[in-house]
Amino acid sequence: MSAAAQTKENYFKSANFKKKTGQTIVLIVLILGSLLILSPIWWMIATSLKDMKEIMTYPPTFIPKEWHWENYLITLQKGPFLQYTLNTLFITVFVVIGNVVANSFIAYGFAKIHFKGRNVLFACVLATMMIPGFVTLVPQYVIYAKLGWLNTYLPLILPAFFGSAFNIFLLRQFFLTIPNELIEAAKIDGANHLYIWWKIFIPLAKPAIATVAIFSFNGAWNDFLGPLLYINDESLYTLQLGLQIFKGQNDTQWNFLMAGSLMVLLPVITIFFFFQRYFIEGMNLTAGSKG
Amino acid sequence: MERIVINKPEITKKYKKQKASSSLQRKEGLQGYLFIAPWIIGFLFFMAGPLLFSLYGSFTNFNITSKMDFIGLDNFKKMFTNDPIIWLSLKNTLYFVVISVPLTTAGAVMLAVLLNQGIKGMRVFRTIFYLPAVLSGVGVYLLWMQLLSPSSGLVNTLLGFVGIDGPAWLTDPSWTKNALIFMKMWSVGGGMLLYLASLQGVSQSLYEAAEIDGATSFRKFFHITLPMITPVIFFDLVTSTIGAFQIFQEAYVMSESGDGGPANSLVFFNLHMWNKAFEVFDMGYAMAMSWVLFIIILVLTVFNLKIAPRWVHYEGEDRK
Repeated sequence: MSAAAQTKENYFKSANFKKKTGQTIVLIVLILGSLLILSPIWWMIATSLKDMKEIMTYPPTFIPKEWHWENYLITLQKGPFLQYTLNTLFITVFVVIGNVVANSFIAYGFAKIHFKGRNVLFACVLATMMIPGFVTLVPQYVIYAKLGWLNTYLPLILPAFFGSAFNIFLLRQFFLTIPNELIEAAKIDGANHLYIWWKIFIPLAKPAIATVAIFSFNGAWNDFLGPLLYINDESLYTLQLGLQIFKGQNDTQWNFLMAGSLMVLLPVITIFFFFQRYFIEGMNLTAGSKG
Repeated sequence: MERIVINKPEITKKYKKQKASSSLQRKEGLQGYLFIAPWIIGFLFFMAGPLLFSLYGSFTNFNITSKMDFIGLDNFKKMFTNDPIIWLSLKNTLYFVVISVPLTTAGAVMLAVLLNQGIKGMRVFRTIFYLPAVLSGVGVYLLWMQLLSPSSGLVNTLLGFVGIDGPAWLTDPSWTKNALIFMKMWSVGGGMLLYLASLQGVSQSLYEAAEIDGATSFRKFFHITLPMITPVIFFDLVTSTIGAFQIFQEAYVMSESGDGGPANSLVFFNLHMWNKAFEVFDMGYAMAMSWVLFIIILVLTVFNLKIAPRWVHYEGEDRK
């Protein structure tokens, strides 16, 4: 009896011990992993502040010997980056507005109004996610060309106002969690669906709306393919196109290239750190419905 | 108390019956269509229309300015007989898909398991590992061109510390695709978040029961965790395969404006299609190419769906 109790105690001790060592190992792995994940970003900052001589020295330095802040000024003077930024902002603002308004509108219809064929149509929405974008690329280009919309922002902005499958899905999932009693109560007070959507659902769905807004911002800000295809005039270039041109003009001038890249990535990094919970919530909504 | 509970279903049933017969229902339905109208219009204009046009266009010699003659299967014949690059591009694309999809999926699962431990400060780690997933576009590609630069880059410097002579990632034809896969691994945190959410949905009682039976953590992972998250693995595999087949931007930016890199080692299917469509304006041929890729992806997706019941585990029987 006492021997059994002792082994039992030993067992717990060793299990506890095992758990502790296990956690320590996990912690060490995570810290090393984090350093590896963050090192490219530090490297980008460090390289952007070096001069070319230091970049080419071997072994490379992890902290710049001299901090050449003027690299950023030189980079900004090397191209019309202010113009590119304004162009990109213009497109991004409209894309975000379009995505938020259109997708929440459509998602409300799918989540809260009963109509014939709703499930079939929603299955169609989901099925479009499986169609590779490249199949429609050429014909879409042809349509925009025939409409005379090439070299304008219309092909980049307009589609945002007609909803996209992923965002509709995400917002619908969120709307489904809002009780129907709310709609019934509002209807008794004489409200119609339009009013309920705008005045009740959008305010209630703020976290999901924020997720859609942030994903849309990132999508529009980072979009390279769209501008590459539709924009020819240099005065209409976005930051992504500008950076691509800049790359061609400053072959292996790594300090300027890194300074430019960092400035383009900075808004995305900033938004991520301030609003990271919305990314995570958005993912939870997606995963929760599949698990 | 009890009476209310019993009565409730009857009330709703009655209410529903009344509602179904009223004209209110029809008005409601109309409003439903009004709400989804933007999607329907968008679908017709940006999806269905272009798909139909592309389907017809793939049987023509369309070049956007002057020609659109029906030429039957000539475009498809040309792929088999007169375009060696397309086979190379298919080979390059398959290589990328076959290596990168399993690697990123396994990486994301492992990372999610690590980040699901109850350790203090886990939120900070999750943020750090997820960060690369939000970064994309030309800035990131330029960053990696510098990181992978053989003489001054970080990657070969770090490899040098452990005594490995790093390859010339982006100039050696046998390493260029691996360089892109390596870059993709950096943002494995994107998939991680999806798995993390589903890991947190696995019932704790399953683990407790296994612990009573004396299961090791190894067995718990393979017999509880992994089966329980197979639906998300399946979803991730299907979508990331579709995504990987369409690799384009990375190759376009990281080679000289889409020239396909050293020895055409970065000519992916879509890059070749892009060059056909927008460099030489052989748009009929490009549209035919896009359908070939679509069919490859479709066959693979259907195949995935068919074999899914053998390994994907759904809680409850009524799931599809």
